[in-house]
Amino acid sequence: MEPLLDVKNLRVQFHTLEGIVQAVNGISFVVEKGKTLGIVGESGCGKSVTVLSVMRLIPEPPGKIYSGEVLFEGKDLLKLDMAAIQDIRGQKIAMIFQDPMTSLNPVLTIGKQISEAIIVHQKVGKEEAFKQTVNLLDLVGIPQPEARYNDYPHQFSGGMRQRVMIAMSLSCNPDLLIADEPTTALDVTIQAQIVELTKKLQEKFDMSVIWITHDLGVVAEIADRVIVMYAGYIVEEADVFNIFENPVHPYTLSLLKSLPRVDSRRYERLAIIPGSPPDCIHIPTGCPFMPRCGYAIEKCGLENPQLAYVEEDHKAACWVEVKNGRVE
Amino acid sequence: MSEREILVSVKGLKKYFPITRGILIQREIGSVKAVDDVSFYIFKGETLGLVGESGCGKTTTGRTLLQLYRPTAGEVWFNGIDLTKIKGQTLRQTRQKVQMIFQDPYASLNPRWTIARIVGESLRVHKIITGKKEQDDRIKQLLELVQLNPSQLNRYPHEFSGGQRQRIGVARALASDPEFIVCDEPISALDVSIQAQVVNLLEDLQSKIGLTYLFIAHDLSMVRHICDRVAVMYLGIIVESGQRDELYDHPLHPYTKALLSAVPIPDPRATRARHRIILDGDVPSPANPPKGCRFHPRCPIAGEECKTLVPDWREVAPDHWVACHKV
Repeated sequence: MEPLLDVKNLRVQFHTLEGIVQAVNGISFVVEKGKTLGIVGESGCGKSVTVLSVMRLIPEPPGKIYSGEVLFEGKDLLKLDMAAIQDIRGQKIAMIFQDPMTSLNPVLTIGKQISEAIIVHQKVGKEEAFKQTVNLLDLVGIPQPEARYNDYPHQFSGGMRQRVMIAMSLSCNPDLLIADEPTTALDVTIQAQIVELTKKLQEKFDMSVIWITHDLGVVAEIADRVIVMYAGYIVEEADVFNIFENPVHPYTLSLLKSLPRVDSRRYERLAIIPGSPPDCIHIPTGCPFMPRCGYAIEKCGLENPQLAYVEEDHKAACWVEVKNGRVE
Repeated sequence: MSEREILVSVKGLKKYFPITRGILIQREIGSVKAVDDVSFYIFKGETLGLVGESGCGKTTTGRTLLQLYRPTAGEVWFNGIDLTKIKGQTLRQTRQKVQMIFQDPYASLNPRWTIARIVGESLRVHKIITGKKEQDDRIKQLLELVQLNPSQLNRYPHEFSGGQRQRIGVARALASDPEFIVCDEPISALDVSIQAQVVNLLEDLQSKIGLTYLFIAHDLSMVRHICDRVAVMYLGIIVESGQRDELYDHPLHPYTKALLSAVPIPDPRATRARHRIILDGDVPSPANPPKGCRFHPRCPIAGEECKTLVPDWREVAPDHWVACHKV
């Protein structure tokens, strides 16, 4: 089956006073129709830059997309002009962000902001847009949608604002929803609401979703396929069950081991990953994870391993093959 | 249990923040009841976890406990002294023994001070060690204790990563040789791979020095890992408390149940198989909390009495307390 989104060899850099930030270093992935891709990684690993590049939202300068193709329904988004991109944004690909307050206009009512998008993209009248907006607000679980149509963003709580953002992103029936840490600023009970809502809507509209997070627990819940990123590289990619049950890359493995579980009575000392992530200006030669890796061999310091198949449908970028915490 | 020594005991603690109207003549028109009648105790050498969602009053509880905010009502007993009754020099002396680690390692360190000055501040303030040479030795010793390179004592905070800064915060808290530390979300601002480093450090220090912690957090998995006992807060009150295994494996309060079921588990099969309780709506405003049980508007099992009567705080099993009519 043809994938909905096919990203090939994407490379993005930022020119800053401190030096060149190698944010994304030649990564490739696909998003299948109707499926959810989880992108996991710590802050600064390039996960947000990746999806911002897909949407062509990287500020240039200082940023620059050096190479790559972003094929969406066969078209390369990186080659489109701004008018064509504008049509894709919102209509075909929609995005929600971590902090819904900064993505909403504080001086316009919620209803106005959503109906505006509908009027612009669908070319319908005000009354029709009002009807659709109320339906959307109802769909994302905002109580009394007609009364709240005229409320301003500050009158909503964080969770409700995120629902408004989701309503807005759904307004033009997108084929792909990109969610950039949408629940990071929310409490767990609200996070559970948003995750459930997204799953429900995804099924209803047969959308694809890219869900970016640093929380492996959320990924386990929502993703079909998972990409683990480190220092601008994809270090492991597999389906969600494989990545959690049979992790191959030492980074994935150590991350999973460092997490305590809420449902377990095992209180062993947490495994740690020494040091901290590199800043992407001074990425070490060789494997970027080498300085923190417990399995490193001499070769790791010399040459950066490519992402390669370790078994069917499971890729990792590592010279040492690690399985279930053992070097084989 | 009864032989264990209680180090900190909080009774009926309340902290209201006034809401005012008017610019020149400010009138009080109400109050935010951030902490509204909270009681708990902490045994010597243990870690008590205080969990709840944002705005539930857990940070205010920690700060009021240390007298960073003066409480509206209530008592805070530490080593036989009621901290709410003392002030000035006596309070300052007692504060040596009660310290705090803050959430944001970027905001809680003065960017213009060197590490030596930050960590050594309480040595100077409390006149614990006066000689320059002796102070430096002690600071180096503290940095080693938190696994930082002691030769870096003349560097500034911006030269350190988030995890290292949090270690500096820990070293600062340890400088005055405290018995009790309030850890206010010490790992929430850190990356996943760094969190375990700080948690292990806190555990090591506890077994090495015999510290007692109040661990405030919203990450319920980490709280289960690090705490001996856990108290769950909702809208300014504690709704349930107990031993960690008792509380996590047999939660009684419907809020605790919902909260625990909402925590994602990093295991796709387990997390998809379990039954989740999705709560409706948001936490109400603490300026105008619901009557009766504060949880009743969101509670899936609320009855008539929950809307009018405030549930008693009672012990339903040894050291397992809950405030709910339906339990």
